[in-house]
Amino acid sequence: MCTMHVLLVEDNPADADLTREAFESGRLRVDLSIAVDGVQAMELLKQEASRAGGTTPDLILLDLNLPRKNGRQTLAEIKGDDALKHIPVVVLTSSDAEQDVTNSYALGANCYVTKPVDLKSFQDTVSAVEDFWFSIVRLPHDTRNHSQPADGTDRAARIRC
Amino acid sequence: MKAIHVLLVEDNPADADLTRETLEAGKLHIDLSVAIDGEQALQMLKASYAAGTKPDLILLDLNLPRKGGRQILAEIKADESLRHIPVVILTSSDAERDVAQSYTLGANCYITKPVDLRAFQSIVAAVEDFWFGVVKLPVAGEPARADP
Repeated sequence: MCTMHVLLVEDNPADADLTREAFESGRLRVDLSIAVDGVQAMELLKQEASRAGGTTPDLILLDLNLPRKNGRQTLAEIKGDDALKHIPVVVLTSSDAEQDVTNSYALGANCYVTKPVDLKSFQDTVSAVEDFWFSIVRLPHDTRNHSQPADGTDRAARIRC
Repeated sequence: MKAIHVLLVEDNPADADLTRETLEAGKLHIDLSVAIDGEQALQMLKASYAAGTKPDLILLDLNLPRKGGRQILAEIKADESLRHIPVVILTSSDAERDVAQSYTLGANCYITKPVDLRAFQSIVAAVEDFWFGVVKLPVAGEPARADP
């Protein structure tokens, strides 16, 4: 089984714990890194991008309201950086404001997901994000095995590991 | 229930039919427009912008006559009035170069079309469930209301 590398940018420890638990209970092995603000997230990403043979995350989960450097600024920097812009960014935030939604898409967010308040819904949402991005979507720079079965039925296996 | 407007850019009539059938079989009321090449897609987008009926989501094939999917993607993502609309690449190409280039050009996600019929339908259904059930779409992509 392959491991997916996810960077979660989240300053709320309770939400970070919940996200980690949701990934741990999922089918895939997810290696979760956590940055607690935008400054730390950009440092991590730049280190990984510059390190020889280093691997940038397969997916970034980004909160919008963060200390030091907020999510909008972090998103703009990721999508303005040629070494990072290909990484899908899922905005995961409690904000339901239309301006935040439209602005995030305009800045290059790959999708925008609002955090449900209810615990079970929160976990379901994280699982839905995991299923879609790691089983349905083809991610960039995916060096894992892509052997194609002739009947095309084993979709998840074909796309991922 | 308010209809969700999807623009499918697809030159293969069989794939377009299959996508339409799958979306029609789903729970949601989806209003599907089909453009058969890139020129037509951009004309439709510009007309929908003028009419205030921009699509909520664009499903974009890469290999298209007249104007290819990469070029359309680049034009959509460079246009301030269109760039917020999510673009899902739905293509038979599995080439790493196409995947990486699409994300770099601003594709919201990249999906390879399975050859098998049922797998194709399950992929379209998964796109529908995720983008219209889990994701919050930009309001500016909403179709205009019929009454003021």
